[in-house]
Amino acid sequence: MRRPERDIALSRRKVSRRAMLIGAGQVGFAALLLGRMRFLQIEEASKYRLLAEENRINIRLIPPTRGRIFDRDGTPLATNEPSYRIVIVPEDAGDVAQTIERLSTIVELDADDLNRALAEIERSPPFLPVTLAERVSWDAVARVAANSVALPGISPDVGLSRRYPTQEDFAHVIGYVGPISAYDLERMEDPDQLLRIPRFQIGKVGVESKLEEVMRGSAGTKSVEVNAVGRVMRELDRQEGQSGGDLQLAVDHKLQSYVRKRLGQESASVVVMDCDTGDIRSIVSSPGFDPNLFVRGISSADYARLRDNDRRPLASKAVQDAYPPGSTFKMIASLAGLKSGIIDPTETVYCPGYLEISGRKFNCWKKTGHGSMDQTSALRESCDVYYYDLALKVGIENITEMARLLGLGKRHDIPMSAISEGLTPTKQWKEIYHGAEWVIGDSANAVIGQGYVLASPLQLAVMTARLATGRSVTPRLVKRIGDQEQPTGAGTSLGLSEDHLRQVRRGMFAVSNHRKGTAYKSRIEDEKNRMAGKTGTAQVRSALVDNDEVPWDQRDHALFVCYAPYENPKYAISVVVEHGGSGSSSAAPIARDVMLQALFDGPPPLEAYPEADREHIRELQELIKEDRPLPGDGERGQA
Amino acid sequence: MSYLEYHAKSVPTGWRKILYLHWPLILLLTAISSIGFLILYSVAGGSLTPWSQAQMERFVLGVSVMFIVAMVPIWFWRNMSVLAFLFALALLLMVEFFGVSSKGAQRWIDLGFMRLQPSEVAKIALVMVLAAYYDWLPVRKTSKPFWVIIPVLITLVPTAIVLRQPDLGTALLLMITGGAVMFAAGVHWAYFATVVAAGAGMIVAVFQSRGTTWQLLQDYQYRRIDTFLDPSRDPLGAGYNIAQSKIALGSGGWTGRGFMQGTQTRLNFLPEKQTDFIFTTLAEELGFLGGSALLLLYVLVILFCLGAALRMKDRFSALLVMGVSFTFFLFFAVNMSMVMGLAPVVGVPLPLVSYGGSAMLVLLAAFGLVQSAHVHRPR
Repeated sequence: MRRPERDIALSRRKVSRRAMLIGAGQVGFAALLLGRMRFLQIEEASKYRLLAEENRINIRLIPPTRGRIFDRDGTPLATNEPSYRIVIVPEDAGDVAQTIERLSTIVELDADDLNRALAEIERSPPFLPVTLAERVSWDAVARVAANSVALPGISPDVGLSRRYPTQEDFAHVIGYVGPISAYDLERMEDPDQLLRIPRFQIGKVGVESKLEEVMRGSAGTKSVEVNAVGRVMRELDRQEGQSGGDLQLAVDHKLQSYVRKRLGQESASVVVMDCDTGDIRSIVSSPGFDPNLFVRGISSADYARLRDNDRRPLASKAVQDAYPPGSTFKMIASLAGLKSGIIDPTETVYCPGYLEISGRKFNCWKKTGHGSMDQTSALRESCDVYYYDLALKVGIENITEMARLLGLGKRHDIPMSAISEGLTPTKQWKEIYHGAEWVIGDSANAVIGQGYVLASPLQLAVMTARLATGRSVTPRLVKRIGDQEQPTGAGTSLGLSEDHLRQVRRGMFAVSNHRKGTAYKSRIEDEKNRMAGKTGTAQVRSALVDNDEVPWDQRDHALFVCYAPYENPKYAISVVVEHGGSGSSSAAPIARDVMLQALFDGPPPLEAYPEADREHIRELQELIKEDRPLPGDGERGQA
Repeated sequence: MSYLEYHAKSVPTGWRKILYLHWPLILLLTAISSIGFLILYSVAGGSLTPWSQAQMERFVLGVSVMFIVAMVPIWFWRNMSVLAFLFALALLLMVEFFGVSSKGAQRWIDLGFMRLQPSEVAKIALVMVLAAYYDWLPVRKTSKPFWVIIPVLITLVPTAIVLRQPDLGTALLLMITGGAVMFAAGVHWAYFATVVAAGAGMIVAVFQSRGTTWQLLQDYQYRRIDTFLDPSRDPLGAGYNIAQSKIALGSGGWTGRGFMQGTQTRLNFLPEKQTDFIFTTLAEELGFLGGSALLLLYVLVILFCLGAALRMKDRFSALLVMGVSFTFFLFFAVNMSMVMGLAPVVGVPLPLVSYGGSAMLVLLAAFGLVQSAHVHRPR
């Protein structure tokens, strides 16, 4: 190598120069880091210190315990029970799909639940727990805990969930709770912060929904120290919330259960009211459904089954459906006639089987005619012609006024969903809604409870209670809210003449106790518990075809209203059997069985029944006791 | 220079070598490591386990390795350079096939008592082989294009393997390290200017093409770059770490919350609190004063090495010492920039402080090379 010394010297000089440059660069960069550190730690210190506090302390809501619901004896109808859930924190789980796959080998996972959970995992931040399975067994919890090492991010969790121990019996009354939806939130003004908790359970239908505010309670708060993955390290402060108020219903769960079983698979509804207090002892729509299904989140298959059933199990028929009251409306017509002073109850009207009104022939249900009818016999045998005549004389205005006085055409304020107002038509109403003038034929239709008149089973029960007592009895569903006893619905005098009332009651008594009465077959033999009632048949179709010759869904609705004991009314009952044929054949027997069950607070002695029925009733009682399907369910023939 | 050119008499021999070690540097490294032990103790909630004690054991092992390396004459290491480089490449290829990958990118080999990251070894081996190359290359050829391309290729081989892993951060660091050694060796500045200009041009082209018909990258690649450059776009992912780190740092103030008093790190707000983000704990608990003290110690290491390098008589020693100190510099500069939100998140530990055996052992062994060069310097 030539002149290595010079080479080396050159190299050394160059290396030194570059080394100084690099060194300067490094020190310069270190100075930059120092400046940045100063900026963050000194100049911005207060800002970050504040953020640090927020980061450390997290305010959490403590969901309150929802108020429970009891029946009039204190039997629980809606309770909270601990339920085990399995939750996943996606962040801790790593490979979510694989972890869930592994979980599914030891715990049964519902496909619907899982899809919802996966969607939720996609949407929510990875440190928030997502529920994978709800209401899992203790066994499953134990299996998950035992395999926790293989299931990162998955843990069992315990919470309270709603349970309805009486299952179908109170489905329409109490309704059910379910997770709050975005739609629910949207409808509320200034919703409680509690409701912002994902999947918070609120009442959706029935008492659960109507008295939601009472039962919800208020949230407590706790400040907790949390780490970055949201795991609570310790609790710093706790403010207890207020648990929701308990409710006591006026309903008797034993009677409710009996009624539900007695109705079997009929598409029907029954309301039993206490004549003294207005307490609803039973209010059943049949068929029912298990509200527990909805709490869990009903599967689409189950829901479709309920929705597509032509007997409409989801409908709360007792309050939400309004039917033409049929002949049960005739008490109102009678009273209206008596009150107007136009009608003398002893005066007779001849029934040849029809009445011609302004050129149109109005038929009596009995085509051969009833002959001469006074008011008692007209009510007893449900003569239509007598009432056509009455309507012409008294006029629709008087009849409607009486209907309203007796509780029709008015929304009774009980905490159930979709309560119907019914309809008590007036001339003015027809002009507004139909743009046509009220004609005399409309009055004739209305007086026999057809045409425009509509009433719900609840309204019919109220009507019957008012007829029985002469007081403005109003229904009371809830006896006690929290510690507060609710006022009874005993009401005050309606201002009707006792003579007039007695006249109508006599007719009702004859309906079920006179040999010619339309419900004589369904009488009560027991001297102390004689029943007064009225049958009704609401036409579903207009053509006069025998009920047995048409499909189920075109048969007439069967109605029956009654009260008992006759001398000292205790309960008023209304029964509507959809497409049941006639009131006397399908509604009255149910009403009598329910009435006796209520009067005896349990299965009545067979002696209360007419001799001929006892064998049949004994069998029926046996079946109901064992909750077995009743004969002729869904395909009931003429009695 | 060759072996024969060393004047045997002027080089310390036998046990006398110990006296010629760069003791101030050893003290500095020990001080920095001790800070690490303390912080790891604090992060564990006032416990030697699981991190602090293990770290001490590794430090003892690393210092032993450093002493052994230091006792071996520097010319032996120079002659071993190519072998060391090939060994590092073999390790890199090995992890490619047999390595265990965690979090998808960082790959390591399980040695039983510790996990070795071949990319760390590769950084030092690259410095050695480039220093040896320029020691061998006649000085006047340094800037000849042919002789410039060779070290570039040498640098690109490990870079390419690392890039395949894929670990973009480490690949970049390897390239910068190689470039730094070449720069120190005196390669003409025009080359660097060209590379910088070309790089800048490419970046501009990539970004300018976005949304046009001649777009150079796929959309998802752009989105990745966006998050890489601006983590706040992904507040629950990468941005989360940075945001939390800044909060922890900022809440430290002048003097910090006090040793073991940090709330942010203690509560696990910080991911990787014992490894890549350990500086935030230190800064939160010991404040600006503690943070700048550590930074000062790091700068002193760099300056001591620089001072030693300037006194070296041969090119290999000088470039090696500068290369090692530059690697060290890159470690703390990149780590601290990342933690303070100045640089994107790349997996680089805080040297000698972060928990992790691989980096500590490799760094201490590298400082063994520096010591060897220092001890065997002709006097």
